[in-house]
Amino acid sequence: MNEIIDRRNVEFTLYELLEAEGLNRYQRYAEHGRETFDAAIETAHAIARDKFQPHNRKNDLNEPELVDGKVQLIPEVKDALDAFIEAGFLAATRDYDDGGMQLPAVVAQVCNSMFQGANIGTSAYTFLAAGVAHMLEAHASEEQQRKYMDPIYEGRFFGTMALSEPHAGSSLADIKTRAEPTDEGHYLLSGAKMWISGGDQEISENIIHMVLAKIPGGPPGVKGISMFIVPKYLVNDDGSLGERNDWVCAGLNHKMGYRGTTNTFLKFGEKGQCVGYLVGEEHKGLSYMFHMMNGARIGVGMGAVMLGYGGYMASLDYARERPQGRHPDQKDPASKPVPIIEHADVRRMLLAQKAYVEGGYALGLYCSQLTDIQHQDPDPAERERAHLLLEMLTPVMKAWPSDYCLKANDMAIQVHGGYGYTREYPVEQFYRDNRLNPIHEGTNGIQGLDLLGRKMMMKGGEGLKLLGREMQATIGEAAEVAELKEYAEALGQSLHRIGKTVEVMGARMAGGDIRLGLANATLFLELTGHTIIAWIWLKQALTAHRGLARAGEADQAFYQGKLQACRYFFRYELPLVQPHAELLQAMDDTTLAMQDKWF
Amino acid sequence: MKLMVSVKRVVDYNVRIQVKPDGSGVVTDGVKMSMNPFDEIAMEEALRIKEAGNAEEIIAVTIGEQKAQEQLRTALAMGADRAIHVEVDEDIQPLTAARVLKALADKEQPGMVLLGKQAIDDDQGQTGQMLAALWDRPQATFASKVDLDGQKAKVTREVDAGLETIEVDLPAVVTTDLRLNEPRYVKLPDIMKAKKKPIDTTSLADLGVEAAPGLKVTNTAPPPERQGGKKVESVDELVSELKNRGLI
Repeated sequence: MNEIIDRRNVEFTLYELLEAEGLNRYQRYAEHGRETFDAAIETAHAIARDKFQPHNRKNDLNEPELVDGKVQLIPEVKDALDAFIEAGFLAATRDYDDGGMQLPAVVAQVCNSMFQGANIGTSAYTFLAAGVAHMLEAHASEEQQRKYMDPIYEGRFFGTMALSEPHAGSSLADIKTRAEPTDEGHYLLSGAKMWISGGDQEISENIIHMVLAKIPGGPPGVKGISMFIVPKYLVNDDGSLGERNDWVCAGLNHKMGYRGTTNTFLKFGEKGQCVGYLVGEEHKGLSYMFHMMNGARIGVGMGAVMLGYGGYMASLDYARERPQGRHPDQKDPASKPVPIIEHADVRRMLLAQKAYVEGGYALGLYCSQLTDIQHQDPDPAERERAHLLLEMLTPVMKAWPSDYCLKANDMAIQVHGGYGYTREYPVEQFYRDNRLNPIHEGTNGIQGLDLLGRKMMMKGGEGLKLLGREMQATIGEAAEVAELKEYAEALGQSLHRIGKTVEVMGARMAGGDIRLGLANATLFLELTGHTIIAWIWLKQALTAHRGLARAGEADQAFYQGKLQACRYFFRYELPLVQPHAELLQAMDDTTLAMQDKWF
Repeated sequence: MKLMVSVKRVVDYNVRIQVKPDGSGVVTDGVKMSMNPFDEIAMEEALRIKEAGNAEEIIAVTIGEQKAQEQLRTALAMGADRAIHVEVDEDIQPLTAARVLKALADKEQPGMVLLGKQAIDDDQGQTGQMLAALWDRPQATFASKVDLDGQKAKVTREVDAGLETIEVDLPAVVTTDLRLNEPRYVKLPDIMKAKKKPIDTTSLADLGVEAAPGLKVTNTAPPPERQGGKKVESVDELVSELKNRGLI
């Protein structure tokens, strides 16, 4: 089995790049230090390696089945999740008094990503459960928290997010599921939901669906969407389980990857008895769902990174061990073949993978640390800064790794040659698993619209200005280092291009050219995504440059690798997206003007 | 009854060991270190004995550099009640370790000392036996099952011929083998609790122990690289090849 991740890189990112030990400046984390962080990460790694990774392939080969109305999974899934829950990972970030460890979000992200890398299909159940619990913690009533949230943190109930319907996935304005109020205070739901991950299973005692539905008579479109708790088994006041609620799993979707996670088609209220409980206020459901969704988008990006990481680790091992061919200038056919890592093109593919996965990993942890600052910093201005930065970075963190770490998986297969295309090696599964990530939690197309149409324009462009200031600080620092100056300049230029592009497009869109303005939003996402990752690489290079000065032999090689990957990103990658700026500023209408009947 | 468990800081079992170019040892710089897996099993067994109501206190002991306290914290997070760190910067030989444990056993009066049957760094497998001799108490080595019965313990041992069950009077030394149990994972809240548990630091001098001078490492070398195989055409050729190489 491949390594899940390079542990040296975990240390580098967490302690050297992000200086996470300093988080104990916040009262909530005062008792923490590297020792407690490392101990938590060590436990996560051990459970991921012993309990999650060994059945990753078996999950893939044994898709869940619906037998007599019950979903059947291989038993290893429950064993792994039991170990995860028992060790306290579901409640890792909660208060000591609630059985938690008060672990900073950034360290919890390191832990969770270990499980994603080891077995994305199995890890999804608790990933969703934790998301539901966090959302209930923020928006549900005290009674709802006691009945539904506490059992999730205890690992007895799991949860799902039930948004999409067969006819409406990305377009939630068009959902048809209805919720009729009753005299008893609850609602009766009717409708159907599609693509619901973890929608049914027999692992947990109960399943709590967070269902979006419309209350008749409410405002049209997204302003009339409310959120409901719809349990599988109704929960009595004393916490015991009551009747089976009136919804059924009508079918399982058969997927390309992520096969350990059930993906379901659910029908609600066929007998008119499906009970749901309103969360918060009527018609505010979408904003509550975004609470969960924003966190989930970072998590999806991390999942994409970790699947990319697995492929990188596997192909690096393979390239070091597989002898094949000779150097082009070696003419002696009797000479010993060299390991394929000796071939420059293989090294190019390994370096690209390293640049993608370590770039994405660092951005993911950077985002998670922003959530710590956002919630813990005593200074309101600092909290606001973290919040705004996170808003700007979320669409990029969701989309960029799911595009480029998928590309890393593609290269991992290529490094393996024909073997990589077979099921004897893990890399084809990583690719198939990762192919989901550009699709779910808001397609990457939607992330582009969000970034250009909303995030860049909100608060009079404050978000972009802030991002610009953060990047300028790094640029200023790097400009002082001779070997990084070239990259500092390139990043400055790319940032300037983004600013110019937003200025030109913003004016046109404000003038009414909305459809044309957003036609190339995906290109804008690529331009901005690559620029942000270049920035993250420059930060890593600065850290590596400092580290190199006092490094022992093993660390020398590690830091050199960082500097080389930074060089790769600036020379081979960042230039690729620069032409996008011209198309965008010209408001090019090639795609918009293309007619249906011309295809 | 008190239980004493000794745990050693070693290179993690997943690390691919590299020999230093000058042959003076293996590379430990920047290498992941963990609790010796056999000692983890000893720790787990102690916890089970305590959880079954047969012991009141578990003391984890390590002998080694300052950083070995990380392994003591792991033992405390697993459930040990307190820990003793005997701080020593040099490599520790089995006889020195046995002398230290003997000194601590005299002080703490445990009903049982549990330790791994060997440490995976140098695989010497001597400390437990030496301790039993110095302490003048029974030993039950390579344990795959431990049952307590009053002042006695019934221990199943993994021996060359299979399994052997013996009975020892307590206090005794038990060294643990792989099949004895599956060590638990540390629980996150227990990591925080472990921070509050005491670690006493002491030294060889404080314990009145003299380091054993006995062994000197003269050279460390990786195993020879494997040579390519050869295909033979017939059984006769195979036999003569084996004879030529002095293998039969």
